[in-house]
Formats: sequence, C-alpha cells, structure tokens
Amino acid sequence: MPDSQHDGSAYNYAYLDEQTKRMIRRAILKAVAVPGYQVPFGGREMPLPYGWGTGGIQVTAAIIGRDDTLKVIDQGADDTTNAVSIRRFFARVAEVATTTRTAEATVIQTRHRVPETPLKDGQILVFQVPIPEPLRMLEPRETETRTLHALSEYGVMQVSLYESIARHGRIAKTYNYPVLVNGRYMMSPSPIPKFDNPKLDRNPALQLYGAGREKRIYAVPPYTPVKSLDFDDHPFEIERWSECCALCGSRESFLDEMIVDDAGKRLFVCSDTDYCRERRGEPVQ
Amino acid sequence: MYVAVKGGETAIEHSLELLADRRRGARDVPELSTRQIHEQLALAVDRVMTEGSCYDRELAALAIKQARGDLVEAIFLLRAYRTTLPRFGDSLPLDTRRMAAERRISSTFKDVPGGQVLGPTFDYSHRLLDFALMANGEHPAAPTAPVDAAPDLPRVGDILEREGMLEPPPSEGSPHRDITRTPLTLPASRPVRLQNLARGDEGFLLALAYSTQRGYGNNHPFVGEIRFGAVPVSFVPEELGFAIEIAEIDVTECDMVNQFAGSHDVPPQFTRGYGLAFGHAERKAMAMALVDRALRAQELSETATSPAQDEEFVLAHSDSVEASGFVQHLKLPHYVDFQSELVVVRLLRAEVEARRRQAAFDRAAE
Repeated sequence: MPDSQHDGSAYNYAYLDEQTKRMIRRAILKAVAVPGYQVPFGGREMPLPYGWGTGGIQVTAAIIGRDDTLKVIDQGADDTTNAVSIRRFFARVAEVATTTRTAEATVIQTRHRVPETPLKDGQILVFQVPIPEPLRMLEPRETETRTLHALSEYGVMQVSLYESIARHGRIAKTYNYPVLVNGRYMMSPSPIPKFDNPKLDRNPALQLYGAGREKRIYAVPPYTPVKSLDFDDHPFEIERWSECCALCGSRESFLDEMIVDDAGKRLFVCSDTDYCRERRGEPVQ
Repeated sequence: MYVAVKGGETAIEHSLELLADRRRGARDVPELSTRQIHEQLALAVDRVMTEGSCYDRELAALAIKQARGDLVEAIFLLRAYRTTLPRFGDSLPLDTRRMAAERRISSTFKDVPGGQVLGPTFDYSHRLLDFALMANGEHPAAPTAPVDAAPDLPRVGDILEREGMLEPPPSEGSPHRDITRTPLTLPASRPVRLQNLARGDEGFLLALAYSTQRGYGNNHPFVGEIRFGAVPVSFVPEELGFAIEIAEIDVTECDMVNQFAGSHDVPPQFTRGYGLAFGHAERKAMAMALVDRALRAQELSETATSPAQDEEFVLAHSDSVEASGFVQHLKLPHYVDFQSELVVVRLLRAEVEARRRQAAFDRAAE
C-alpha cells in the first residue's frame, strides 16, 4: 500500500467517497419528499466517534461544496470544543470557508440549538441527532415503532404527556420535545430545548437531520408546518427566564446559567454566542 | 466577570500534543515498532482485525500503537480507515476444509478423521506469571512436525450430517447484503446477523453466550469442532472469468452442535451455531456461535424469552465502536438541555412549595 494513502490528502473531497455521497444525497432527497419520515441510510464509520455528530457530519459532507460557508455550533456556541473539532475537520477535508456569523453561513451544523437569528431562504440547517426515533423511550423496538409510524398511531406519546400533566400539573418534558411534521409524521427535533421548537415551524431554511449511529436521515423542507404536541387545555409553552442576558441584555434568547463563585452566585448569558455578539455590536473575533 | 471560555481550538491542539507525548512514554525506553506488535502481540492484532473488519496485520498493529494499546480505540481507528477503501467485489466463500490447520479439536468425538491437533493454546498452560519473560530471556524455537500432505481436512459436522443427525448448513441463497454499506433492517437474515456478530464486541458476545449457559435461553451446546489455520482466499476478476487465489488468511472457525428436540414433522436432529473470526480468536468464535444459535430461536420455533435470543437487543448493541461513542458522548457539553431541566424543576419545586404554604395557611385559619 503506497504511503500517500495514509496521509490526509489521499482522502476524497469532504472525506466521503463520491458513491457514499450519492447514497446519502438520495436518502436526503427521499427525506425531503416525505417530511419527518426517517430514511435508513448506509451510515459510514467516520473519523469522529459515534454520538459526537457523525450523522450531521455525513449529511454536511454530502451537501457541502467549495463555495459554501460553514458554521458549526454546539449548545448555541461556536467555540465549544466539539464544534471547533468539527469545523476544523471540514476546513481540513473540504477546504471550505467557515464563519461564526449565522447570516453569512450557507450550511449550519448544530447540536442542541437553533440559532436565535432567523434563518433565510437557501440556508441549510444540519442537526446532529443521537436518537432519531421520538417513540424510542416509550417503545424500544424498531420493528414496533416503524409500524406505529406507518399507522400514525401516536397515542402512546399523548398518554406519556398526559401522565406528565397528571403527575406534575404541567408537561415536564423540556428538550427533545416531540413534534408533528406536516400533520403526518411524529419527529424528534433532536435534543434542542423546547424553547427552539417554534423556530422549526414554517422555517424558510431547509432542515436536515442526521443520525449516524442509528443510520437514519430525516428532513423538514422550507416552510413546512411543524407542531409541538400539546392539549387544548394545556397548550405548548416554552421556557422563560426572569433574568436577562448579563452581556447583551436580551430577554428573548435562550439563557445559559453560569455559577460564578463558590457561594453559588449565578449569572445568565445568551447560549447563542453569535447572536449575543451581534447585539453588543462587537466585531467577529 | 466570567464569560464563556474562548480558545477551544488551542486547548484541543495542546491536548493532542499531550496525547502524542503520553503515547510515546518515557523516552529512555526504545519505541515499539509495529512489527514487534504484530509479532508479539499477535492476538491483540487478531482482535482488532476481526472487530475492525479489515484483514491487515500491519494496519491493525499501527492502530494498536496509535491507540496506546486501547483495543476498542484501535478497532475504531481501523474501521474509520476501512470505510474509505474502495470495494472491488466479493471473494468466493472461504472453504475451511482446505485449511492448513494449526489447531483442530472436537469435543463431540474422542477421535476424528484428521486427528485432534492441540496447536498453540493457553488451555493447558498453568496461569503462573513467567518471570523469565520479564528478563527478556530468548525462547528456543518449538519443534514442528512435518507438514501434513492431506489436501483436505474433513469437518466433524460433515460426518454427522451424512447420517442426517445434524442439520445441513444453509444453502447459498440470494447474494448477501454488506452491513457496512447498507443499514441494518429488522428482522435480519442469518447472514446479516453473522456479519453483525463477527464485528461485534467480544466482551458483549462473551457475556451473552455465558448467559445462555446459565439458563437465559440455554441451547445445550457441544463443540463440534474448532479449527484455526490458514485458508486461501479466491476471487473471480471480471476480466478473467475464473477464480484466482489472491491471499491466504488465518481464521478461527467454530462449529457448535446443539440439541434440538424436533417436532411433529421434523425428526430430532442436532442444530448448529456458527462462529468465524480473523486470526486466532477461539473465545470470540465460540461466543459468536452460541449467540448465533440463540438468535435462531424463532426459526426453530423455540420461545424466545432471553436477551441472547432477542435479535433487536443483540444486533443493536453489539458494536463496540457505536457503544463506546455513544456512552462517551455524555462527556460533550449538555448545558442547554440541563438548563431547560433546571428551569422546569425550579418551577415545579416552586409550585409544590406554594401548595404546601397554602395548606399550612388553610390549617392555621381553621
């Protein structure tokens, strides 16, 4: 085996070979055609561990081109270690321009957040998904859940939400809050806080969801209705804070809580670092 | 004031440098060569090749070196390399009758055609630490017998099969699906299950196999035969149209013979579980054979009540690369989800507190 095959330059553009990209693109097209439906695909081993964004990375690798601008966030921030690692990966294997600015990006790969800045036509939001099946914690068997989806038999989730109300007086589910896409398929929005769920509804950007370990891809095409499950007497609601962001003063964004001293003094700042920077009018670092 | 830590990039770089440094260890100790690894840690190499689904001793040794001896990490490295390789096609099925067996035993018969050959095995070694190895004492070469000229080594299973006592192996059916290229769908065919088990984590399969022996889906196994040695690999290039031998690989094969009571229509007959691994890996091959047999519960109209008989449970959790990644992803930041939980738990606590206070107030008012 020649040595050249062992170094980074011997890999194909964006790491995956072209046949694999074609296979993934076919899965994506099917996913777009059937919003919210989980399309099985021949997920590959990636050079990053399963559970660390391999699904999102494969989707991004299949759609990215040299004239794209990539943004990668984890927990809303561009500078969290795994976001840095994935951004470096694509800068290395796809020679792609990267940015931290939401407005500038053509492809945004995310884990656990949807950016606060509204997305536009033509942008693609790629979600990293750990467990694509919204019913998995209620029914561990794939053979069963596929049947439930086929029959639109989602009573079991409604019952689980009802049980939460019976026990706590409200729906205590806070993230990975189940949604119904285009009135047909129940979908896991990935572990984003339910705060972000309303942003999925009729979003002008294309949403692609990649689950590497579970080998599933699903999608929400632009402007598709996405409804968070609820009851008439217990409508869906999102998290609220009594505080505002300590840096930019925002009262509309998702706030992270930080413990700043040994006495447990707390401080709240925007989880979306780019949004916060933009509001403060600071230049990109 | 505290702001989110910047400089993740630099931190990662430093972490990688430190990792490379720790891998090298004390500089006054000579560096390990990959050749030393595949010669002297050969069984580690075998495991990495098997679960990495890539027969290449040199690359497996490199992976072990790079992973600092962490075999699951080495398997991951080899898999991530393998997945980028082009595929030329499928080899012809291995014919293990043509194996130049270095070891071959059967526990079902006292003697078998071709004989019982112990070969290199830990089985009869006394597990006493050999302090002579610490002193790096050279060991003289073992005496070897002349090569057996017999071209074929009949399988023990073949003999039972002729009598009709043992079910025949499944006939070659439709072309197999490669589970590294197409996603696993359930229920899975036996070839798909066997591929999954061959790549499956040895520890996981060992525990499952053990559980069947302790009553969680017992299938009354006997080792029909275990053989280890080199087998030729043949391939038919399209432009030639006939088979040529392209390699010789070491494999361990386990043919497990299991009891089966029969039914109204089928006379009692022994059934089989099958295990195959690259290199010398008897524990893996045996565990695989036991789990393969356990997973045939439905096919053989047995009631499947135990974890080892549960296809979805076994196949979905056997892969060490998937399992290791997902368990360890909990190290990634989860503070957004945790924040959501904090908000709701505080809210719920406040509501309970308010109810309690109201109740106390009501009691006082009475």
